[in-house]
Amino acid sequence: MKKIKFIDVGFKDHDDVILKDISMEISFGYIYTIIGPSGAGKSTFIKLINRLIDPTEGKILIDEKNIKDYDIIKLRRRIGMVFQQPYLFEGTVEDNIKYGPMIRGQRDTNVDYYLSMVGLDKSYRTRKVDDLSGGEAQRISIARSLANEPTVLLLDEPTSALDPASTQVIEDLVIELKNKLNLTIIWITHNMEQAKRVGDFTIFINNGRLIEYGNTKAFFSNPKNDLTRLFINGKLTKEGIE
Amino acid sequence: MNVLSLVMSSSLVLISIFISYYQKLGVEKEIVIGSIRAIVQLTFVGYILHYIFYANSILFTLAMVIAMIIVAGNNAAKRGSGIPHVFYFITISIAFGAAITLTALILFGSIHFRPQEVIPVSGMIIGNAMVSSGLTVSRLKDEVKSRRHEIETYLALGANSRQASQKILKIAIKTGMMPTIDSMKTLGIVQLPGMMTGLILGGVDPVNAVKYQMMVTFMMTSTTAIACFTVALLSYTQFFTKNHQLI
Ligand SMILES: Nc1ncnc2c1ncn2[C@@H]1O[C@H](COP(=O)(O)OP(=O)(O)OP(=O)(O)O)[C@@H](O)[C@H]1O
Ligand SMILES: [Mg+2]
Repeated sequence: MKKIKFIDVGFKDHDDVILKDISMEISFGYIYTIIGPSGAGKSTFIKLINRLIDPTEGKILIDEKNIKDYDIIKLRRRIGMVFQQPYLFEGTVEDNIKYGPMIRGQRDTNVDYYLSMVGLDKSYRTRKVDDLSGGEAQRISIARSLANEPTVLLLDEPTSALDPASTQVIEDLVIELKNKLNLTIIWITHNMEQAKRVGDFTIFINNGRLIEYGNTKAFFSNPKNDLTRLFINGKLTKEGIE
Repeated sequence: MNVLSLVMSSSLVLISIFISYYQKLGVEKEIVIGSIRAIVQLTFVGYILHYIFYANSILFTLAMVIAMIIVAGNNAAKRGSGIPHVFYFITISIAFGAAITLTALILFGSIHFRPQEVIPVSGMIIGNAMVSSGLTVSRLKDEVKSRRHEIETYLALGANSRQASQKILKIAIKTGMMPTIDSMKTLGIVQLPGMMTGLILGGVDPVNAVKYQMMVTFMMTSTTAIACFTVALLSYTQFFTKNHQLI
């Protein structure tokens, strides 16, 4: 897989326009950070990519083929997703990491390998998920996604519930994973500094519209759109301009 | 029991009306309506049953059982309002549970295919299945609503809608079955069930009445289990698209 292409994509919930006229391309092998005010449509945008929802307008192509023409279960395995509050399944860390491979009939998952991928040693394997800290839980949820051997990872504010130290760990980890496994990362964040630190490209969504996107350095040092400038300077909220 | 003592016993309803009035519960009207409905419906059913028993026809008996299933399905469907086709799902599930249980009872020789036996037994199992399948669908609805994030986590990992609903299906089925199982545990100690009470009042020896009650307990449990299981499996599909997307 090389490229995800959005063509005039829109998403409506009944009569509510959640996303509108999104056209852009995501090239594989990079980290894309998505920023935008609360309720802008960021989570909705990434759910379109692993087809938790389908666009109501336009289409999304992966390597020039409509994502609707891929087997949806296989597509979701190729495109992992990590949420802000990880939901870990009852039981042990091992149960969680084995889940994805298990439902496709594979029983010999190398749990230690995936633990090492997220910087945890094998003593974690038998730990009960209830005993994990927030940062550890997030790392397990990343390891659980990795066990499906994805090529894309969608991260929906993976660090917003974590303290600065754990946030740092996750940032370093994701960058390392991207390099090691040649992953494509699409990372929603509310933290502008984080978007700058980890992003190769940055996407700004406001009020359901794609306002601007481009190389992260240029995006922050020389934004082209007035709204982007306002947002970067903390002067744009869901309610409007301050 | 003669008619006069029945009329006098109806005055007991006045007590509940008085309490409602005194405590400002505001349900006097409903008590009155409920009592009148009970009188009218029971009288009506009494005559219908009288006629069906007298006619002793397979067709009438089956028609009566089917009517009971439809009314039960309609009533239980209210608990699952919002789920498309829920009336059909519940009605099919109750019918399925009742059919299996009735067939087994008849094959085992526990009852005979006579209106006097089939109809009261059906009434009991259908009534029980109605309550339990209603509980199952309403719990299913609640669980899907409160566990969206969890379901999406499963789906995002490549689970299909069935696998993603595994846990809530379990919870919903269990919720439907629990009252029946719980009442089984206290049977005879806390409660003398209506059927057994009726038999004893009607002059049947308690030891004999107990045998019937045991059978009733078993058949209610099986019907409930089948109905809850079936309705859960039919209904959960309505929360997903065919592409395993949560609606
Ligand atoms: N399932 C849904 N049904 C209806 N409306 C929804 C649904 N999910 C989200 N929305 C609405 O869509 C809009 C965008 O939501 P979304 O979650 O994509 O925003 P977001 O940018 O991720 O916000 P946040 O930063 O707060 O997470 C919001 O107005 C939200 O209320
Ligand atoms: Mg969001």
